Amino acid sequence: MTEVPGFELQDLDGASHAFPSVRPTLLCFVKEDCATCNLAVPLVQAMHSAFGESVNIWMISQTRDGGLILKDRHGLTLPILEDTTLKTSFVFYFDIVPAIYWCPDGASAATMFEGFVKSEWQDLNTDISAALELAPAQIDWDSLPDWRPGCGSKHLDPDIHDRLQAEADDSPIRARKIEVASADDVAEFMFDQGFSDGLPLVPPTPERVMRMLSGTRRDAQEVIAQMPPNMGEATIEKVAINAVMAGCKPEYLPVVIAAIEAVCTDEFNIHGVMATTMGASPVLVVNGPIRERIGMNSGLGALGSGNRANATIGRAVRLAIRNIGGAKPGGTDRSTLGNPMKITMCFAEWEERSPWAPLHVERGFKAEDSVVTAFAMTSGPVNIVDQESRAPDEIAGSLALGLEALFLPKYHMMPVDTLLVVCPEHIDTLLKDGEYEKSRLRDRIQEVTKRPLRDMVADDVSGAGMTRDAAAKLSAEQLDKQVPKFASSDYIHMVVAGSDAGKFSSAFHGWVTGAMGSQSVSRKIEDI
Amino acid sequence: MTVILDPTDEAVPVSRQITPRSGQVSGVVGLMDIRKPRGDVLLDELERLMGERMPDIEIRRYAKPTFTKPCPDDLRAQMKAECDFVIEGLAD
Repeated sequence: MTEVPGFELQDLDGASHAFPSVRPTLLCFVKEDCATCNLAVPLVQAMHSAFGESVNIWMISQTRDGGLILKDRHGLTLPILEDTTLKTSFVFYFDIVPAIYWCPDGASAATMFEGFVKSEWQDLNTDISAALELAPAQIDWDSLPDWRPGCGSKHLDPDIHDRLQAEADDSPIRARKIEVASADDVAEFMFDQGFSDGLPLVPPTPERVMRMLSGTRRDAQEVIAQMPPNMGEATIEKVAINAVMAGCKPEYLPVVIAAIEAVCTDEFNIHGVMATTMGASPVLVVNGPIRERIGMNSGLGALGSGNRANATIGRAVRLAIRNIGGAKPGGTDRSTLGNPMKITMCFAEWEERSPWAPLHVERGFKAEDSVVTAFAMTSGPVNIVDQESRAPDEIAGSLALGLEALFLPKYHMMPVDTLLVVCPEHIDTLLKDGEYEKSRLRDRIQEVTKRPLRDMVADDVSGAGMTRDAAAKLSAEQLDKQVPKFASSDYIHMVVAGSDAGKFSSAFHGWVTGAMGSQSVSRKIEDI
Repeated sequence: MTVILDPTDEAVPVSRQITPRSGQVSGVVGLMDIRKPRGDVLLDELERLMGERMPDIEIRRYAKPTFTKPCPDDLRAQMKAECDFVIEGLAD
């Protein structure tokens, strides 16, 4: 005997029927549009006629309308219970209808089967008649096929199943449920609530969030970060809700989680990144096998539009910071102008097109790890155009000159990160005469950008830079000292991305780099 | 009707009573430098003026390690324990 769940369902006339029952009970779950159910329904009716005096013979229809049609179509007199919510079907958890449960003690099943195998139905008839010492139901077995496959139960329809799972007692969903009246437009409602970055959102229904949570093995209630500025608790569930709104697929969720863990470290300092009037935002670079698996773009248009993973992973992180952390423009996000990276900026490195170790390997991870790296950037991507250089040091020199634009060309010795995205054609030129290591490119950038300190002094053209008073205290020799763009070549980060055609690299420009501002952070992405 | 899940942290801010205003400044006044450039210049001047006009008060100076990050909890607790009033700039 197998334990089966209890229930209380109404029949088509509104009368209530509870299970377990004091009487032996036969349950038959059916749906109207299933041909095999229509084959089985007359048999159940025949059993009701034969045994109905002593036994509950209950047909359970998965919709009310379907129950009414079956009743009419087959001239049924047995009680037809309706499971329109499908909650009873869900807890019984059969796959196929018709699904039969014969419970001689009115509580647990002695016989269970699904679909139509004639011998099983014959045995059922025999068993009930033997148990009750009554004549078996009169059925023309010869007119019936030996076997027919059933249909998938309605509760297993993807949308319905995920909703039922979200509503079940052991559901991982804990977030507050917001009921949006049918007269209200959900999209407009979400704008009104301030959930949006200005673009439409996918409504985070419980079933969508359930599907999103299937993208990770981590517990939905695990707190992955206290998210500034409000120090909101970022649970996996809350991250999943924001990932749904952003338009993510479930398989992107581990990247979003790792990125949020990265930006919520003290090193990355998302509070300052969001708050600064300078207008910083996370720029996310994804490395490793997950790029391919989830279809990220590292090639043509990698920094632009058109790829769902790139666009929605970055957006999910930003929406989470807005909704869980509470960083909103005009609130604690005080950016003077803002920038489009505050909506989304995430791309993959084209490791296979790069002559260098991928970014994550350079930062200490294994090549087979999937890793997301977050940089706090205030500008970008800023194009660096050179279609003429044909020698390695020439193109390296152009990349260097392009980087002088960081903050203000006049500023040098900058303790500020840059992320240089070198395009394939520029890589080809760099490699024309053989290897061209990253270290050599960094040195070249520092060499080419060297300017005398006197060029950095405030003057009539620009009042920025070293003050006139400070400069007056320096000797001519000191003012002639050559200083490069970056305080150290360690501030120059490089990846490869972009299409095979086009001599256009790009650079992102950082914010306050280091312990006083933000440091780039890498996090390994969960393997699924 | 559509049901959606709340994407926010669902936190309800605690409502706090504002400290009663006595109409005068006395005791210890903390001046908090958030470390924005030249914030110290402003606070130096403020300290000078307050010293002239309110000679009976004691002024103590505090500073965050960096303007880019929230004030450390220890520093907040220290100011709360030591000061009757705190003046702090929020941004430039």
